[in-house]
Amino acid sequence: MSVSNLWVIAEPSGTGITSTSKELISEARRLGASVTAVSWGPHAASVAADVGAYGAQRLLHLGDLGAVLPGSVVAATLATLLNNESPEAVLIPASNDGRDIAGRLSAMLDAPVLTNVTGLRAGASLETEHPIFGGRQTVVARFRANGPGLIVVRAKSFVAEASSDGVAHIEDVSPTPSSTRAAMIRATHVEEHSGPALEDASVVVSGGRGLGDAASYEMVQELARLLHGAPGASRAIVDAGWVPYSHQVGQTGKTVKPDLYIACGISGATQHMVGMKGSSVIVAINKDPDAPIFSISDFGVVGDVHTVLPALIAALKLRS
Amino acid sequence: MNVVVCVKQIPDPAAPQSLDSEHRLDRSGKLILDEADTYGVEVALQLVEARGEGEVSLVSMGDATDVTGIRSALAMGALRATVVSDPLLRGADALTTAKVLAAAISREMPDLILCATESSDGYTGTLPVQLAQLLDWPALTFATSVVVEGDTVVVHRQTEDGFDEVGAQLPVVVTVTAGVVEPRYATFKGIMAAKSRPVNVVGIADLALDIAALDPRQDIVAVETAATKSAGEKYVDDGEGAARIVAFLEQIKIVSGGAS
Ligand SMILES: Cc1cc2nc3c(=O)[nH]c(=O)nc-3n(C[C@H](O)[C@H](O)[C@H](O)COP(=O)(O)OP(=O)(O)OC[C@H]3O[C@@H](n4cnc5c(N)ncnc54)[C@H](O)[C@@H]3O)c2cc1C
Ligand SMILES: Cc1cc2nc3c(=O)[nH]c(=O)nc-3n(C[C@H](O)[C@H](O)[C@H](O)COP(=O)(O)OP(=O)(O)OC[C@H]3O[C@@H](n4cnc5c(N)ncnc54)[C@H](O)[C@@H]3O)c2cc1C
Repeated sequence: MSVSNLWVIAEPSGTGITSTSKELISEARRLGASVTAVSWGPHAASVAADVGAYGAQRLLHLGDLGAVLPGSVVAATLATLLNNESPEAVLIPASNDGRDIAGRLSAMLDAPVLTNVTGLRAGASLETEHPIFGGRQTVVARFRANGPGLIVVRAKSFVAEASSDGVAHIEDVSPTPSSTRAAMIRATHVEEHSGPALEDASVVVSGGRGLGDAASYEMVQELARLLHGAPGASRAIVDAGWVPYSHQVGQTGKTVKPDLYIACGISGATQHMVGMKGSSVIVAINKDPDAPIFSISDFGVVGDVHTVLPALIAALKLRS
Repeated sequence: MNVVVCVKQIPDPAAPQSLDSEHRLDRSGKLILDEADTYGVEVALQLVEARGEGEVSLVSMGDATDVTGIRSALAMGALRATVVSDPLLRGADALTTAKVLAAAISREMPDLILCATESSDGYTGTLPVQLAQLLDWPALTFATSVVVEGDTVVVHRQTEDGFDEVGAQLPVVVTVTAGVVEPRYATFKGIMAAKSRPVNVVGIADLALDIAALDPRQDIVAVETAATKSAGEKYVDDGEGAARIVAFLEQIKIVSGGAS
């Protein structure tokens, strides 16, 4: 059997869709399925161009949902639509809104969810890959009964690849009112930052508890700036309040796959490594020669961040 | 205001983990309270303290042979716990777990349910919203702060690049991220008090749940050993560490060579 019909939640971002949504549409197309994207927001036409470029033939668009948190209403609408159509699966980005939609829809349809998926296989049936224990093992799973099953996929699991300049055919769908009292967004706060976004940067320099104190994170920022990259962090220093959560790399933070990842004073806990082990080249600076981060590093320096980083910054400044 | 916190006992994440012969997480060793849940307990206690009325109780599903982990949450200040434990629930998936917790919580009718955004063992991160839908309640997810103003809950909901302020009317399910508050340490008095607080262990029959509806709907086909990356060069810094990194970055063409 090959996969014939997949739906993908294409989460709006700006006037288009998020990069994870593009990755999922690309992969659904590569699996040979006819792809239906489901999206919402004020920009139907540019979203149709975006989902079409990555391989969706059809866009079911719910229109502008205003200030309501999208989870309930998108799930309720999908539940209505899925009464009449039965794709093998619905692929959902593992974002905050994506996870809200998956949980709601699962309970509405009484359908199972497979989550933390990083790979798909079209065998006798559609199979999902789940890394466990920090990626040491991969669990392969599938739904017991016919679909639609819900599959929540982690960011950066697939390559986003525009395949055509086709625009998806838009079908306007009126949102099914959800019976649940709505959760409303009252205000949005965006942190200012300069330089490339963490998840898109080609170089990421991350700091961990080994930096010793919050002020030393400036070295990480400076090194990132010199390499035209973005600064990242382990959860230990996010929890300690040194840097905002938006910097966190790992299982409960962002997944990054830069050309170069430099880990400064990070031990290499499994939950950190799942978020960065896909980087092309990994460099680690840690004073403990047995730190687990060295086991996945291409180049390691056993040393103190307080001597190595200032020297590295000085050397790079001489060149720029 | 009555708050239920969903808490879970899990194998110690710091200990080596493995799957059993049925591809399930080996839970045969000692179980501890999931650290992720201590934040929910702390937030619940603070909200009830701020209100000046109400109580915090716990609901859990899992093996109840040893409830030391549950007692450690009681020692923080929760007043009682319900643990649903039944051999038929071994290997339950997230939706099944949500159905069981919904049935257990329906008997309490709280104003607010707190969960962690994801557990530390299964970390599907789907259960709280499934639970909200089964109860037909709103869910405010990924909260980094929670306040109750009258009958409305307002949270700061984490986003990719900051946070949104999101509100909904009680009753509500809220999921809190780790690290949002400093969970209190149990005092000696708390630990002593926890010993006599009720831990009510119930089975599926007590909750009048349909067993057929609890069957997991997914199978593990295989467990494979993932390809591992092998470690590269490693230098002990002798004063040349930074220069070696620069040379390496030149080699991989991240910085251009010789421009000094
Ligand atoms: C459910 C769950 C989810 C999690 N999600 C994430 C996640 O998304 N991301 C994440 O990062 N973590 C996550 N964690 C936490 C993770 O388990 C680790 O606790 C965390 O990654 C450790 O951060 P760290 O490496 O900065 O600190 P530590 O583990 O304390 O390591 C500090 C390192 O710095 C080194 N060091 C100390 N001083 C110096 C010095 N002067 N110079 C050089 N090196 C020095 C030490 O040798 C040590 O290796 C999660 C945990 C759980 C249970
Ligand atoms: C490696 C691994 C992968 C898995 N993958 C899947 C999968 O893809 N799909 C699937 O359906 N199941 C999966 N499971 C099973 C799933 O973990 C269990 O069904 C579990 O009972 C509920 O999910 P969770 O812990 O992942 O919940 P999460 O949604 O991560 O938990 C969030 C919060 O809900 C509350 N909560 C969760 N479970 C309980 C409980 N038993 N008692 C009280 N409160 C609770 C806690 O507050 C918890 O912090 C997996 C299990 C493992 C070990």
